[in-house]
Amino acid sequence: MAKYVTKRVIYMFLSLFLIASFTFVLMKMLPGSPLASAAKLSVEQREVVYEKYGLNDPIPVQYIRYMGNLAKGDFGVSFQYKSADVTTLIVKKLKYSAILGTQAIVFGTIIGIVLGMIAALKQNTVWDYGSTIIAILGISIPSFVFAVLLQYVFAVKLEWLPVGLWEGWKSSILPSIALAMGPIAIAARFIRTEMIEVLSSDYILLAKAKGANWFEIAFKHAFRNALIPLVTVLGPVAAGLLTGSLVVEQIFAVPGIGEQFVKSIATNDFAIIMGTTMFFSVFLIVIILIVDILYGVIDPRIRLSGGSK
Amino acid sequence: MTNNLEKLPKDSFERITIDSSHAEKISKPSLNFWQDSWLRIRKNKAAIVSIFILLFIVFMAFAGPYMNEHDPQDVKVTHANLPPKIPGLEKLGIFDGVGKLGSKTVNLYELKKIDTYYWFGTDSLGRDLFSRLWKGTQISLIIAFVAAVIDVVIGVIYGGISGYYGGRTDDIMQRIVEVLIGIPTLVIVILMLMVMDPGIWAIIIAISITGWIGMSRIVRGQVLKYKTQEFVMAAKTLGASDKRIISKHILPNIMAIIIINMMFTIPTAIFFEAFLSFIGLGLQAPEASLGTLINDGYKFIQYQPFMLFFPAFVLSLLMIAFNLVGDGLRDALDPKMKD
Repeated sequence: MAKYVTKRVIYMFLSLFLIASFTFVLMKMLPGSPLASAAKLSVEQREVVYEKYGLNDPIPVQYIRYMGNLAKGDFGVSFQYKSADVTTLIVKKLKYSAILGTQAIVFGTIIGIVLGMIAALKQNTVWDYGSTIIAILGISIPSFVFAVLLQYVFAVKLEWLPVGLWEGWKSSILPSIALAMGPIAIAARFIRTEMIEVLSSDYILLAKAKGANWFEIAFKHAFRNALIPLVTVLGPVAAGLLTGSLVVEQIFAVPGIGEQFVKSIATNDFAIIMGTTMFFSVFLIVIILIVDILYGVIDPRIRLSGGSK
Repeated sequence: MTNNLEKLPKDSFERITIDSSHAEKISKPSLNFWQDSWLRIRKNKAAIVSIFILLFIVFMAFAGPYMNEHDPQDVKVTHANLPPKIPGLEKLGIFDGVGKLGSKTVNLYELKKIDTYYWFGTDSLGRDLFSRLWKGTQISLIIAFVAAVIDVVIGVIYGGISGYYGGRTDDIMQRIVEVLIGIPTLVIVILMLMVMDPGIWAIIIAISITGWIGMSRIVRGQVLKYKTQEFVMAAKTLGASDKRIISKHILPNIMAIIIINMMFTIPTAIFFEAFLSFIGLGLQAPEASLGTLINDGYKFIQYQPFMLFFPAFVLSLLMIAFNLVGDGLRDALDPKMKD
């Protein structure tokens, strides 16, 4: 176990190192200048600004400085926002994205589990087909299409909820629902398969033979065992949420990290792009690592040997 | 009981002999793997319907732009922002060219004295949305298909070499994959697109730069499984070359899994293209793809919701159909993988 975790952590850092270097190289290759209206500045003025941000040093020097700073958790200073440092900016924006993400995951998983259980317990009935259809729609339809539809129906036409921006909890409802469609679909599909498998196992048969009632079988015996492997889908769910948050936050004008990232792409703000890229990467890699380790802890049948298998 | 049996007349029984020449006779026609799979997938109604939907969308993607007299890239400012108008249906009160002008509801076609039909309306530059929708679908499909083919080719070669040769080669190749797999696709795709000139190829390269990894892992696992089996050993003993063993013995066996995975790669690529275009990193005007059309439509959602509706509908339908066909194929081609 310890050997496996060490190995995984080493790979994690290698991946992050590669991403950091790759991001750096790409940023250097980017066309355009990070300075808004660079054309208006005289050559001397530009020199002064470039000197200030260390953009005149040879690239290897910049690279080493950048990597050194990254190791300390310092993502540099934004070019666009009057000398705001990127780490503070990310922390400030993180709140909104975290609220949306958490709500989407909690809401999505609960609904997904309920749908999946109904489908498994009432297999091959209208209930089953209904929840399967919801799952297929959730997996297939991109979250931004959902987001746009929700916004149009509930905010623009019915005017029940705010169209966008962040005005308290109410503003988080629509974007959270849009983001939750993925988790709902994934959880529902997964729980259905797991439940069907568990329900056909011998100990459920034994419980039935002993005269346990339907409720006890479904919840006490089957559900708990079906729930364990759900941890494994957390990785893809987190990745999906991140992708979704980029567009959903933009559609609802939520001042979160995703919206900031998309905005920085348009303005060539290298520091923010590099910072958020690293943040996203660390976030996803750490989640996948935790999921893999957790899975080994929860289910002892999974052998985490150090081999290549 | 026994008494009754004894009383039965002898002549009601007839001795038959087993003709040993019929023992080997096969009563059912022998089916190969693909015929067998076809029998299984035929029972999956959702998959069959999806196949027809896909065929229809693909047909429309190539024929649609030529179905009316408007060119997808023709700008006609006087015909801007027209609502849909379809001959025949207009008499029913739907798709009759009536739209909002300010706060009034008027027939914009009569107002502007336009006598042609724009089946799905026009955008803010007066381009015909019907032609653009199908042209965009075509571009999206091409991007997705080419990206999927590239994924498969690189994945099969990489995974095949890694799995077949094993040993040190495999070790090094797998260490590389383990580092690469940690990199989030989304981040790399966005970074790549920022550097490259926007266009179809930029999107294809960005999508396939990490896309092949999943395929290579699956292929490697399969190759490892098959290379130790008796028929491969027999071929080796008979002196078959590595190339022959891979192409004639191993590849045909893993073809099914490759196809299944490709069916899931295509919708992922369609999604990524639409996603990238939606955040403004995709194709640039006047080119159209489903993503750019949705993005354009979103800007006008208040006034002309249909501009968003049609491309969003086709995109969703395409994704659903591909996923259902993928599910169906997985169940049909590989019964062991069935959930």
